[in-house]
Order: sequence, then C-alpha cells, then structure tokens
Amino acid sequence: MIRNLGKYMFMLYHIFFKPEKFSVYWRRFIDEVVQLGVKSLFIVSLMSAFMGAVLVIQTATAIESAWIPDYTVGFTIKQSMLLEFCPTIISLILAGKVGSNIASELGTMRVTEQIDALEVMGVNSIGYLVGPKILAALFIFPIVIMYSMFFGFFGGGLVCYFTEIIPVKQYILGIRYFSEDNFVFIRYALTKTIVFAFIITSISSYYGYYLKGGALEVGKASTNAVVYSSIFILFANYILTQLMLI
Amino acid sequence: MIHVKNISKSFSGVEILKDISFVFEKGKTNLIIGKSGSGKSVLTKCIVGLLEPDIGDVFYDDIKFSSLKSKDKKKVRKQIGMLFQGSALFDSLTVEENVAFPLRMFTKMTEEEIIDRVNFCLNRVNILNKNTLYPSEISGGMQKRVAIARAISMKPKYLFCDEPNSGLDPVTAIVIDELIQEITKEYQMTTIVITHDMNSVLEIGENILFIDGGVKKWEGNKEEILDVKVKELYDFVYVSKFLAKDEKIVKKKASFEAFKFLY
Ligand SMILES: Nc1ncnc2c1ncn2[C@@H]1O[C@H](COP(=O)(O)OP(=O)(O)OP(=O)(O)O)[C@@H](O)[C@H]1O
Ligand SMILES: [Mg+2]
Repeated sequence: MIRNLGKYMFMLYHIFFKPEKFSVYWRRFIDEVVQLGVKSLFIVSLMSAFMGAVLVIQTATAIESAWIPDYTVGFTIKQSMLLEFCPTIISLILAGKVGSNIASELGTMRVTEQIDALEVMGVNSIGYLVGPKILAALFIFPIVIMYSMFFGFFGGGLVCYFTEIIPVKQYILGIRYFSEDNFVFIRYALTKTIVFAFIITSISSYYGYYLKGGALEVGKASTNAVVYSSIFILFANYILTQLMLI
Repeated sequence: MIHVKNISKSFSGVEILKDISFVFEKGKTNLIIGKSGSGKSVLTKCIVGLLEPDIGDVFYDDIKFSSLKSKDKKKVRKQIGMLFQGSALFDSLTVEENVAFPLRMFTKMTEEEIIDRVNFCLNRVNILNKNTLYPSEISGGMQKRVAIARAISMKPKYLFCDEPNSGLDPVTAIVIDELIQEITKEYQMTTIVITHDMNSVLEIGENILFIDGGVKKWEGNKEEILDVKVKELYDFVYVSKFLAKDEKIVKKKASFEAFKFLY
C-alpha cells in the first residue's frame, strides 16, 4: 500500500520533468485530446440525452400537484444535472471507457518492451506517455461535461416537446430560474470534473505503466484501473461536495 | 568499448547473474551466447541500465555508467541503439515514424533531413515501400529489420541486439548478421549481439561470452569455440548435428568423448 503510494508519487513527480522536445509533446497532447475527449463525445451525448429525458419524465410524474408550478420540473432537472449527473455520472462512465483504454495501452507497451525501448533511447517515458494523457484530460473533460450538460437539457426538452408532459416554455423557464446560482453550480461541476479527470488518468496510467507480467495482467490492470478510479471518484465527490456546497 | 565488472543480479532471492566480468570491444561484433533462460537478456538490461545490478559496475569507455545520475545516464543512452527480443516497435506509429522517432525527439534536423535519414536506414535493412504501414501490418522478420533501422538511425556508438535473427528464415538471418557486422565496422561501433544460433556464432563471433546459469563459463572467438573443452559450451556447440557432420568436427567430438571423464 505504502509502496504503491510511493510509486504513484514517483510517477507524478516525473511527469513534470522538462520535455526533451516541445513539438513532439505538443503532438502527443493533441493526439490524447482526440483519443480521450473527442472520441468519447458520442457516448457522452447519447447517455446525457437519455438521462435528461428520463429525469424529466420521472420528475414530472412525481410532482403532479396543482400547487406546484410546471417550471419546477425544469428547475429540478437543472439542479440534478449540473450538480451530480453530468460531472459525476459521466465521469464514472469515462472512468470505464478512458480508464481501461489507458491502462491497457500502457500495459501493452510495458509487456512488449516499448516502454523499455523509450527508456533506452533516453526518453523520459513517464513524461512522454503519462504527462500528455493527464494534461489532455484536464483540458478536455470540462468541455466534455459542458457538452453533456447541453445534451442533457436537450434530451429533456425533446421529451417535453413530444409528450407535452409539461410545456417546453415552462421547462426552459425552470432551467433559467435562479440563474444567478447557475454560475456557482457550473463552477462546482467543473471543479469536480477536473479533479475526476486527474483521478481517472493518473490512476489508470499507474496501473498500466507499472504492470508486471504478460497479456493476462493487462486485462487485470484495466479492471483495476476502472475499479479504483471509480472508488476514488466517489470519495472525492463526497469530500468536494462537503467542501464546496455546505 | 564496454567494460562490465563483477555484475550480480537476483530477482526475489534467486540469483540470475553471478559475478560476470567481460570487455566488449569496439569495432567488433561481441556475442553473448547461452541457453534459453541463462540470463542473457537480464545481463544486457543491466548493461543499458534498464535493470539495476545488485553488485558490480558498467563502464562505457571511461564513463562509469552505473554511478551516473539519471540525467547523465540519458546522455549516454542517446548513443545507444537497442534491438529488443520482441522488436518493441511503437504500435501507434508507422514504420517511418518509428525510425524517425529518436531523430524527431533528440535532433534539430529538418523534416526533409529526417525523411532522408529514415529512408537511408530502411534501405540499409532492405525495407522498401513500407513507410506508411503499421508494425502490425508487416511480418515479424520485417519488424526485426525496422527495429534495427530504428536502432541505427541516431548513428549510435553502442549497439545492442537481443536475438536479431530468431524467428527468421536462414537466408534472412544471415543477411541480418552480415548487416550487423557491416555497420559495426563501418561506424566502429561497440556491438553486442545476443544469440543462441550457432550459425551466427560461426559467422560473426569475433568476441564471444558464454554464460550458463548466470555464470561466465567461457570467452573467446569463433575459431577457438570449435576447440572448446568446457563441457557446457561443448554441448551447446555440438548439439547441432549439422555441425557434427563436418569431418574435422566429428573427429574432435570423438576425441572429446574419449576424454569426457576428465571434465
Ligand atoms: N523481471 C524479472 N523478474 C524475475 N525474474 C526474471 C525477470 N527477468 C528475467 N527473470 C528470470 O531470469 C532468468 C533469465 O532470463 P533471461 O530473459 O535473461 O533469459 P535469456 O538468456 O535471455 O533467455 P532467452 O534466450 O530465452 O531469451 C529467467 O529464469 C527468468 O525467469
Ligand atoms: Mg532473452
């Protein structure tokens, strides 16, 4: 346990060494932005739209009282989307997708001696492989999450439009309601996202980079990466919520 | 010249290398031979610093490599080219990008110069018109040759080849052997080749280290190896029936058998 923590710290420390050549690292960064972010957009938009749709139906059926105005639905959706569903649930999804991708990629490179090959050439392999992944995630995940928020509201809106469960106007009004709080909510959501991005990429990189053994272990490493990233996301979520919202 | 002094290495209590000392000479193809599992790959990894030897030192010319700081180690490593047992090409890069990798990383060459150099190296190993393919799209033997091209792209002073011709057909294997010997002479490199192929040994073995169970059992060159009197190496050399057909060798083998009780 202590050994693992030490190795993890060692890895983080080596990320910030001066790059051998900036242009090469810049290309790696762009590649990772595409790999980790852009390639996740489809699943994220799909998930968010359906989440928004389901939330609208559930909330609308739950508060079928004449005393509560229709826009409450929109307002409630906004709260849960911004605060919890988009940052946390989507991050958990990304932990599954991106985490296993990172761990198996680095693990395979370890097993097939590609990491050794980098080291023998004199390349700082941690800086070259892990660094751009973490930076790319810190940069692109907040964008992915905003994208997810948009699609969440959009999915909810579609339901309102087609089922007329509540009028679309009321839905939009609800989303706009108390808009002075929106900034606080979004800041909270994006802070969480950045922390989660770091957790996912660093933990998954750790499991891949320090893998020992063969192809069998690559599978185990990617499972571990997903499991531990998710657990730490849940912990961090609780702590951040307590720090920022109370 | 690479000088290895009293290297020992164990993994979780099991001693894999025991007190190995050897001088790998400049401008020669130095061979490390031995059975599978005898510790050849571990020894080379200790020499290039991928593994830390428990005891012992490694000298690159006059530089005591084993006590350098990691920053200075990198400087030495830029002069090392290494071919790994499994090629270790970067999967996500094309053939061309693989060979260009160290050039892009460490030199200030222009893109044009880089491509020229890449094509020159690929030509040297007889890989033509494969620049845009990925490692998974070329054969194992081609991967080996691309890996050699990558290893020599920076004109290294020291070249390590871990079983360069395992898994290759005999013709290609000899071509690779000759290629390694040629470039060694051409650039006056210190080349270390790991092999357990007797053909290669007799072809390019200018300075040979034989290890068995992690212990240095013999050193010499390809002429001397046929006269060898060390039991383990004798078995290693003459296990090949093909060699034993050579009359001269058969005679030697017979006389060896006669005196076997001595060893
Ligand atoms: N990282 C490691 N951890 C534990 N044991 C290891 C490690 N690397 C190698 N060994 C052990 O060291 C011994 C020598 O391995 P090595 O790879 O050097 O053999 P080799 O001589 O290169 O064999 P081959 O010709 O098959 O490649 C083996 O018994 C192997 O199990
Ligand atoms: Mg080996």
